[in-house]
Amino acid sequence: MNWTIVAHSLPLFARAFIVTLRLSAISVVLATVLGLALALFREYRIPVLSQASTAVEEVFRNTPLLIQLFFLYYGFPSIGIKLTASFCAVFGMSVLGAAYMSGAFQGGFGGIPRIQIESARALGLSTPQMIRYVTLPQGLARSVPAIAANAIFIVKETSVFTVIAIPELTNTARDLIGMYYHTNEYLFELVVSYAIILIPMSVVLTLLERRVRRGSFRTS
Amino acid sequence: MDPSALPDALSLASATSRGVGVLVAGDNVTRLLEGLWTSLSIAGLALLIGVPLGVILGALRITRNPIVRGVLRVYLEFFRIIPTLVVLFLAYYILPAEFNVQVSGPTVAVVAFGLWVSAETSDTVRGGLVSVPDHQIDAGKALGMNDVQLLWHVRLPQSINLMIPATINLATRVIKTTSLLLLISVIDVVTVGQQIMEANRMTHPDAAFWVYGFIFLLYFIVCWPLARLAQTLEKRAKERNNG
Repeated sequence: MNWTIVAHSLPLFARAFIVTLRLSAISVVLATVLGLALALFREYRIPVLSQASTAVEEVFRNTPLLIQLFFLYYGFPSIGIKLTASFCAVFGMSVLGAAYMSGAFQGGFGGIPRIQIESARALGLSTPQMIRYVTLPQGLARSVPAIAANAIFIVKETSVFTVIAIPELTNTARDLIGMYYHTNEYLFELVVSYAIILIPMSVVLTLLERRVRRGSFRTS
Repeated sequence: MDPSALPDALSLASATSRGVGVLVAGDNVTRLLEGLWTSLSIAGLALLIGVPLGVILGALRITRNPIVRGVLRVYLEFFRIIPTLVVLFLAYYILPAEFNVQVSGPTVAVVAFGLWVSAETSDTVRGGLVSVPDHQIDAGKALGMNDVQLLWHVRLPQSINLMIPATINLATRVIKTTSLLLLISVIDVVTVGQQIMEANRMTHPDAAFWVYGFIFLLYFIVCWPLARLAQTLEKRAKERNNG
């Protein structure tokens, strides 16, 4: 391990770190919002939209991100629709992320006793009111650990963005290795960079899981 | 409707219909399927190595030795934190350099995926084993069983229903992750697709849409039934466990 090489490439890794962080943050936020919508469509069995949600979930959960990105980035321009690399990356990751986030929310909503919904109906609440006052307040807290787990998954998946030449961490490391062959140094920086982002997230996830387990599971 | 949009739409339609031809031309479909088979056999081998190893590691994670438990926890967390693509690169660059051997791309992939699978499986197995109620363990002990007998006759049979769906889900993840193999120069389904596009670049400039679309469909056809199977088994296991 040559530390001079590490020091020299540090600014490049810092820039890539920001790119990974920014794209991850945007994707996590969009995936969460879209995933919540998909979950609500399914929870309230809204015609057409709920079937569409199921389709989005099945298709995106069962296909690799890399192929989705290639299809968007290389496939669409070949029939005359040009998309930028960042758009493809964020779009692909957000929809894929939403397919998983929807599952997280559904898991949370599933824990709400059926009688709550029946009572809300009996009180004459409209669907938006039921979402606002019954489903969300009780369901969101239960969904949090699964949402955090999906956020970690999304950050890790952004490494695949390298295939459409987005200058994030993995891409930067690959470029540097290709140019200078200092494999050990660049791989070391790559692993450390991901660890800096993901270890704190993983710790938070563990704490959240412990808390939800204590809070909602009655121990008999 | 804007009349100028019409010829555009027409030319788009005719252009897209031309590209499908690439798929059916020659033995292109067969070649793509062969590429897919390479990916699937790498996934299969990785699971064949990783799952048994993961079962052993998972069983070790419920031992009383804190050092064994700690080391295995770190092993798991490493694979949870580092993206699989990076694990693949680590194996690709470090295996040949450190052990001074020539290793082929598929071998690198099997090793990297196998280790990753063993880490994930160890957590599934641990979770299953500790879910067995305490009174079952106590009853086994009262019958004079030792730790290995307890594991084999009490813990495993009662938790395997929970482990199988999780392992099938992991298998679909491994299969999806094989799409990254082109990055370590394995001739997988994506590489074959790119060769086909390259060969037909002049005659079918829109081949990318159809070839990538077809590969997308191939992955879906493989993963979707597995995911459904896992879902069904999971539901059944939960119902059985709840009485």
